[in-house]
Amino acid sequence: MSIATYTRRELMVVAAAREIRDGEVVFVGMRLPLLGFGLAKATHAPHAIGLFENGVIRDRPAEQFIYTMGDPPNIAGAIACLGLIDVMSLLQQGRVDVGFIGGAEIDPLGNLNTTRTRTRDGVVRLPGSGGAGDIASLAGRTVLIMEHEPRRFQPKVAYVTSPGHFPGRRRGGPATLITTLGVFDLQGGMFRVKTLHPGVSLQEVQAATGFALEAATNLATTQPPGDDELDFIRHADPEGFWTGDTMRS
Amino acid sequence: MAFDQLIGAGAVARVIAAWVGNVAGGSGYAFRRAFEHGIPRPLAMEDHSNFSVGLALKAAAMGVPYLPTFTGFGGDIVRDHPRIRQLADPFGGPDVLAVGALRPDVAIIHVQRADRQGNAHLWGNLGLTVEAAYAARRTIVTCEEIVPEEVIRSDPNRTVIPGFLVTAVVEEPGGALPSSVQGYWRRDFQPFLDYHRTSRTVDGLTAWLGQWVLEIPDRRTYLERLGPQARERLAVRDQRLAAAANFAP
Repeated sequence: MSIATYTRRELMVVAAAREIRDGEVVFVGMRLPLLGFGLAKATHAPHAIGLFENGVIRDRPAEQFIYTMGDPPNIAGAIACLGLIDVMSLLQQGRVDVGFIGGAEIDPLGNLNTTRTRTRDGVVRLPGSGGAGDIASLAGRTVLIMEHEPRRFQPKVAYVTSPGHFPGRRRGGPATLITTLGVFDLQGGMFRVKTLHPGVSLQEVQAATGFALEAATNLATTQPPGDDELDFIRHADPEGFWTGDTMRS
Repeated sequence: MAFDQLIGAGAVARVIAAWVGNVAGGSGYAFRRAFEHGIPRPLAMEDHSNFSVGLALKAAAMGVPYLPTFTGFGGDIVRDHPRIRQLADPFGGPDVLAVGALRPDVAIIHVQRADRQGNAHLWGNLGLTVEAAYAARRTIVTCEEIVPEEVIRSDPNRTVIPGFLVTAVVEEPGGALPSSVQGYWRRDFQPFLDYHRTSRTVDGLTAWLGQWVLEIPDRRTYLERLGPQARERLAVRDQRLAAAANFAP
């Protein structure tokens, strides 16, 4: 039987998973990428390896639901439990193919801000980098995941927590951005709409973006989740904690 | 969340960290109030990425003034940073960023088991636990169980902190709650959600601190206040034992 409906967050998890190629070493971030890595492993990328910034290395998804990478099901069955500096060292060495990060603000160069910004009411302090700045600096390529809202898409971010494309960058940089509205190609400093999520118009995306967007000539619709993908997600997140339609920010 | 409570209680003048927030939902509201409005007191912030703060501790643990890294180029964290400087590579390679040593006055580490000398067995993800214990002037170990020294000697590879570095060892079951301890406690997620909601206001935070910190003389009272159902839900009763390692000479 086909599962007719899915949430935008389930679609984002699926889009994130599809960014992982089989055999790659993946630096897995918090929230949706925790599910995206498991989904990729369970479907098209069975040989992917996941590094977690707390020191965990896994080659299979956690067997039970996890809120954070430090939860006991992410430790049980891991292939190694090391320290932060061990996995960051692998990242710095160039052993990580792709890393996942998010941000509160983004600009056309793919710079992300999770440190501090300014609104009409004054300064707003955000939680900070965590490992995001390191992944942005050192991964072979990065996949960015964002809520798509006008205040988050700025011509220039107030603070560069996780560097995007800049002159003199030695490695990596943003490759793909996945938002609540679509998927964007950021390779080489472009910022181009690649696919729109089902039911989303280009006008809607432009209205939610604080700078001019370019669209791919063959603009397509994001491929909806397949039944096997939704089965995995709903098994991994049975109550929709991460993938329900209520936003957690 | 632990940082946020200390800040909200007025116990913190300066934070040196990569991330201050709540794993359940993002923002730490007490941190925001202190940083944005000086409530209950002004807060100085030294921002890091996970790797840079780890390297700062590692440098202190190694007894060297700094460690070089490539993380942070192109971003704002390293700009005008009191503990990070750009250096020429004396071997002729590209410039590096030098991260200065950070020596904490005290580190408090919760482990599964330790003997009376403080020799500590810890398993699961290690994060920056080992670096912190080695870097600090004083290290306090809290543990789920004090065990006979024969238990420690049976598996010396699992000793992550040798007792001669430890100032004090405390038997305190549940000492890491609401966070998890592999093999002993699951993550108690509800307090993270409750704290995130209630700490939005000063009054809410004050009530929380009263109920869960100030009125609680010791951990036993904390566990009692959780109630028998929560304790049973959180306590790990299953066994998934590691294979024995033969240390016969």
